[in-house]
Amino acid sequence: MFEEVGTTTEGDLIINVGPQHPATHGVLHLVITLNGETIKNVEPHLGYIHRSIEKMCESLTYRQFIYVTSRMDYLSAHINNHACAMCVEKGLQLEIPPRAQVIRVLMDELTRIASHELWWGAMAMDLGAFTPFFHAFRERESINDIMEETCGARLTMNYMVPGGVMHDIHPNFQRRVKDFLQLYKSKIHEYDEMVTGNVIFQNRMKGVGVISAEDVISYGCTGPVARGSGVSSDTRKHYPYEIYDKLEFDEVLETGCDSFARYMVRLREMQQSIRIIEQLIDNIPEGDFQAKTKAVLKLPKGEFYSKAETARGELGVYIVSEGGTTPYRIKFRSPGFSNLSALNHLVKGGKIGDLIAAMGTLDLVIPDIDR
Amino acid sequence: MFLKQYIKDVWGAMKSLATGMKRTGYYFTHHKEIITEQYPDNRDTLVLPERFKGEVVMIHDENNEHACTGCTACELACPNATIKIITKFDVDAETGKKKKAIDTFVYHLELCTMCNLCVEACPTGAIKMAQTFEHSVFDRSQLTKTLNKPGSKIREGVE
Repeated sequence: MFEEVGTTTEGDLIINVGPQHPATHGVLHLVITLNGETIKNVEPHLGYIHRSIEKMCESLTYRQFIYVTSRMDYLSAHINNHACAMCVEKGLQLEIPPRAQVIRVLMDELTRIASHELWWGAMAMDLGAFTPFFHAFRERESINDIMEETCGARLTMNYMVPGGVMHDIHPNFQRRVKDFLQLYKSKIHEYDEMVTGNVIFQNRMKGVGVISAEDVISYGCTGPVARGSGVSSDTRKHYPYEIYDKLEFDEVLETGCDSFARYMVRLREMQQSIRIIEQLIDNIPEGDFQAKTKAVLKLPKGEFYSKAETARGELGVYIVSEGGTTPYRIKFRSPGFSNLSALNHLVKGGKIGDLIAAMGTLDLVIPDIDR
Repeated sequence: MFLKQYIKDVWGAMKSLATGMKRTGYYFTHHKEIITEQYPDNRDTLVLPERFKGEVVMIHDENNEHACTGCTACELACPNATIKIITKFDVDAETGKKKKAIDTFVYHLELCTMCNLCVEACPTGAIKMAQTFEHSVFDRSQLTKTLNKPGSKIREGVE
């Protein structure tokens, strides 16, 4: 008998999940081969919202292309912009003022909390719990208000520019962030009460979507997906950028290898972000928020690579420059793409009902995969 | 042994359900902690922050004068070709010299991504971001706007 992976035998059922289904996180199309209720194979079909951002960037100048990247991973737009700005700065050999570095790190960590908040709400909604979705948005709104005041937008900020940040922080910024920390600390226990301790949630998460540390490495997964399997992969720790090497925070590692471990990694990561913000919010140094740059940036001939830790994992930016005002070639190493490649491994042999739970813990953002 | 585990499981499930319901009950009895905004009804009290990026507008003073010299720095900075500046030559009445000035500042709101790069690029501070946000119209052509007001001219001393 055929037991080979991915081979359709008689009696197998092929079903399509998505695109345009709320539970598939955007326009992801999954072709699932089922034997009864057991998943034999999952094949993700991509490209539904592919906008060829990498190709588009080749016709934009170094100042202009940064704004496009916030449309890739719209939930951690700041960190995408940050990675691109760092790559341009590496080419120009720019020194970033200390004030700009601190503002950037603060914004990155606020974005990480906002992203994980949305993931937490969407994850609970995937499993049928609707109330946590609103509770997650309540805290996320206060971050969005802070962003709106300082950067002028709620989702795609375009705040990072080569050399620093676009504006100085708003006079209310420090007070509002402190208010947010107060609010967050009074609400964080609700998350455990409503979701983490719930017996239905635990039964659906524990032992579902298991991936070992070796497989995580071979699939190239990064971020909370890797750290849920105990693989230390935090770019902030291993290749510190800006002022991360001077900060005190822990790399969150869980050894459960299942969906619940990935859930706990994100929940605990939010608290580490809070810890980073607390260290910085009263110690923003005085000085310029932007280094002096020329109106038209020209990178020297060569290849430049920089990476940053987004909410989903490691984002790498690779620029090939021919010495002109626009890049010759740009390539993004996006975390979502590698994480999605492990989906078949996660759910194969499991039940169809566990597919959404396992997929939810990958925290997929589809433009990040399609680019 | 099986029965003991069974009762334990049921007890655990009831307990976790009660914990979650306790939180729901808390908000049910604490109306003041609910922060829902009644959006279309609160338009009058809704204040957007000063840096909010709604749309690009040109600043005109009370004499219907602006600071745009027509240098096209904003047009070059825009990644989406949102801005198109059409220039003309004004003839000075006293000296008879020709001087470059803007004829029309065309702004395509339908293409704009609110990245703020044009405002950053402007050397004279002639344009800024407005706080408007409800841009829906029935016809796409209404989103193509002329930013300089009719009869406006450049302010004295702006080069």
